[in-house]
Amino acid sequence: MTAKRLNRRTFLKVSTLIGGGLMLELSIPATANAEEGATLVRSKELNAYVQIDPDGQITIYSATPEMGQGIKTTLPMIIAEEMGARWEDVRVLDAPLDSAKFGMQGAGGSTSVARNIDSMRRMGASAREMLIGAAALLMEVDREELNARDSQVIHSSGEIRTFGELARLAAEQPLPDPEFLSFKDPKAYTIIGTSVGGIDNLVIATGKSHFGIDVDVPGMKYASYTRCPKVGGSAISFNKNEILSLSGITNAFILAPDARSGDASMAFLQGLAVLRGGVAIIGDDTWSVFNAKSKLKVEWDETSASDDDWSQMIESAKQIAVKGGGEVRLDNADVDKALADKGNRVLESFYEFPFVAHVCMEPMNCTADFRKGSGTQPDSLEIWIGSQFPGQVKEIAKNMLGVEPDNVTVNPLRMGGGFGRRAVHDFAAEAMAISHRAGVPVKLTWTRTDDIHNDFFRAGGFENMKAAIDTSGKLAAWDQHYIGFKHNNKPVIGSGFAGNEFSLTALPKARVSQSMMEITTPCGAWRAPGSNTNAFVEQCFIAELAQLAGRDHLEFLLELMGSRRWIKEGNVNVLNTGRAIDVIKLAAQKAQWGKKMKPGSAQGLAFYFCHAAHVAEIAEVSVDADRNFRVNKVTVAVDVGPIINMSGALNQVEGSVIDGLSTMALQQITMKNGVIQQDNFHQYQVMRMAATPMVDVHFIQSDNPPTGLGEPALPPLAPAVANAIFAASGVRIRSMPLSEAGFKLV
Amino acid sequence: MSKFKLVVNAQEHVVDVNPDMPLLWVLRDKLKLTGTKFGCGIAQCGACTVHVNGAAIRSCVLPISAVSGAVTTIEGLSKGGELHPLQAAWIDHDVPQCGYCQAGQIMSAASLLADNSQPTDADIDTALAGNYCRCGTYLRIRKAVHSAASFYNVGANAGETKQ
Repeated sequence: MTAKRLNRRTFLKVSTLIGGGLMLELSIPATANAEEGATLVRSKELNAYVQIDPDGQITIYSATPEMGQGIKTTLPMIIAEEMGARWEDVRVLDAPLDSAKFGMQGAGGSTSVARNIDSMRRMGASAREMLIGAAALLMEVDREELNARDSQVIHSSGEIRTFGELARLAAEQPLPDPEFLSFKDPKAYTIIGTSVGGIDNLVIATGKSHFGIDVDVPGMKYASYTRCPKVGGSAISFNKNEILSLSGITNAFILAPDARSGDASMAFLQGLAVLRGGVAIIGDDTWSVFNAKSKLKVEWDETSASDDDWSQMIESAKQIAVKGGGEVRLDNADVDKALADKGNRVLESFYEFPFVAHVCMEPMNCTADFRKGSGTQPDSLEIWIGSQFPGQVKEIAKNMLGVEPDNVTVNPLRMGGGFGRRAVHDFAAEAMAISHRAGVPVKLTWTRTDDIHNDFFRAGGFENMKAAIDTSGKLAAWDQHYIGFKHNNKPVIGSGFAGNEFSLTALPKARVSQSMMEITTPCGAWRAPGSNTNAFVEQCFIAELAQLAGRDHLEFLLELMGSRRWIKEGNVNVLNTGRAIDVIKLAAQKAQWGKKMKPGSAQGLAFYFCHAAHVAEIAEVSVDADRNFRVNKVTVAVDVGPIINMSGALNQVEGSVIDGLSTMALQQITMKNGVIQQDNFHQYQVMRMAATPMVDVHFIQSDNPPTGLGEPALPPLAPAVANAIFAASGVRIRSMPLSEAGFKLV
Repeated sequence: MSKFKLVVNAQEHVVDVNPDMPLLWVLRDKLKLTGTKFGCGIAQCGACTVHVNGAAIRSCVLPISAVSGAVTTIEGLSKGGELHPLQAAWIDHDVPQCGYCQAGQIMSAASLLADNSQPTDADIDTALAGNYCRCGTYLRIRKAVHSAASFYNVGANAGETKQ
């Protein structure tokens, strides 16, 4: 056993269950709690508790929202491991929203494992020590002679007590001092590192899983909401009589935009009101309110609404690229001199990437029940929602409706996809405003068109890249100019540089700058924000430079990494070139980089560091003369530290590769005079099964602290595929989606 | 409003709804069978896939007035308390991520296996071409369909048969 000092800002609290049994829960200092409540993903607190019943049933509560990233399985595995539980004895229940017990309940930024692992281990180890303490009393032996495994405490003599038998007495044992808690040797792990199926697989496969869209509350009405097609507009009037005459419709009214509806995620929202102006329709079922919505005729006030236009943005960006300049983020060498040096070979490339939508398979929805208070009874609100940060809903209720947080009950539900979209709660603001106005509980469901038109998009953008290669084929200068977007003078999320990019941290002869153009179109976090587009530009341009230098891409990329070093020693959120080199070499070895391939087929390589993860990918692509292309195989090498759930980790990597391919090949949101041009899946496609490549994943289970895998395997996919297409066809891709360049994914 | 009689998962129901209401919303909002999901409303994503007389159809575009035959949803796929081989395979292969599209995927696959108990990858790709998965679980779906197919071939409970 190894002793390790852990974060002690939170404490465990022990109680005895009614009927006997052990329950451990969190006790979080009020100050820490208040601080965490105001942040989205910075919390280092824990959020689960464990319960053992006298019959041996072990219940672990899952408090981190589940959106397909597998956290509801992963975190309980850590607790069960440290306890010495048998996984078969564990059931996992969804925790209610309760920040006093669970701390910050949120999921985003691939941080849930990193944020929670120490707490989960401590929770498990504390339970184990209390069970061992109880067994020592019962058996009248030294606790040093006892071990916990398979949901039993076993004495060196062979005497056994089950966890169930020990539960009642264990609850009376003192809580172990966290300072002296010991943890299992990873070599002895029986759960961590194995493949454990998703805890909800059975209910999903039998159609019994309960998503937000499935909520049914007594007395509930159904609602649709139609916002101004241009962000910032509001409704003046609509064909109310006609709408009310339709079958199944009971009410319809205008809601004004409400700037008070913001929450702490306003940084995501460019200062926009979450509640946009529009028309609510209420009725007896979803179809009736969708049908009425399709017959709605609204007069809109668009005087202060968005007039964003994608084709104009492209023109403006090209002009800015020619002009150069921008805010300089890094300038560490005489870049202009190297670019002007006649002895050097110089390359300039302009890259473009589009806005894209989240299109979670479950359209946005929320059920709200506002109850007007009377006398001393205050107003109250109950909410059912699939959200990455369900606690934020309370803030909207307070700001917009004046309902005190203590009088708001939030029921978090499984999400049919998140990808960053469900970090923003505009649909919750709408549902509660509609229930407040209508005086009944309502389930608001968005149509797919609502979902696409009213997204907080992955920001599109441009990068103008210049570089010089010297006579020895080495990089002499790197000049990178990001042309992105801002709103009210603040870069929108995912646009511009975050600061930990390769060129900003590891290149010795670089100038990096950014120019931001003002937009209104709402932007938000989209799976690996910033990284998912910058990886495409940076890693394609490096391949272009290798070609210009007449060098092998792999060898050139490894040379750029330089010596093995951690750019900021001890900071997992900063590139470690040694770990980078290791994953690049592993991917190359596993994919047999440089192997002979059929004409029209080739490999492409890319590496990216983000979310504390080092990932290299090699795509094998075939392209025919008509630009039909197929990705046959993607080899992935990943260092995210030790893997908790092997099956879950593989699923995330496979999914990231497929999602990355789907996005780069097919997806683009455009806006014309403020109106989003894509209405549904016929104009905004998701990749179908037949195009799926083989995905071959290799983990380097380094001794770095484990981190999440929901995002970091996505960014390297697009450049790996684009580089392979170049190698196979000679066509250099500098814009996405590939469908715009005439490449058809088959 | 009109009254419609329909058989869903071997149970008879009478609903009084607008004849234009798609089967999806009758199932979800009127019969409270929420295992069948709404994804797009235009038969592009397959989240709403159910069987009518054993054939996989997109319930989001089929008006209740046009339903002519027995309906099977994900809730009615397993028979006699045993999981359908596809459901068991979905669990064995740890297919789901968010899980939202999976009922539709399973219903499309069940219709395929009822016709073709030895499907190739290409057969599976074709039969499930109408089903989106944004999480990207396609590789595992394909594997799970193959392994359920082998279960069919050893003569185990093959689930529903076409009527």
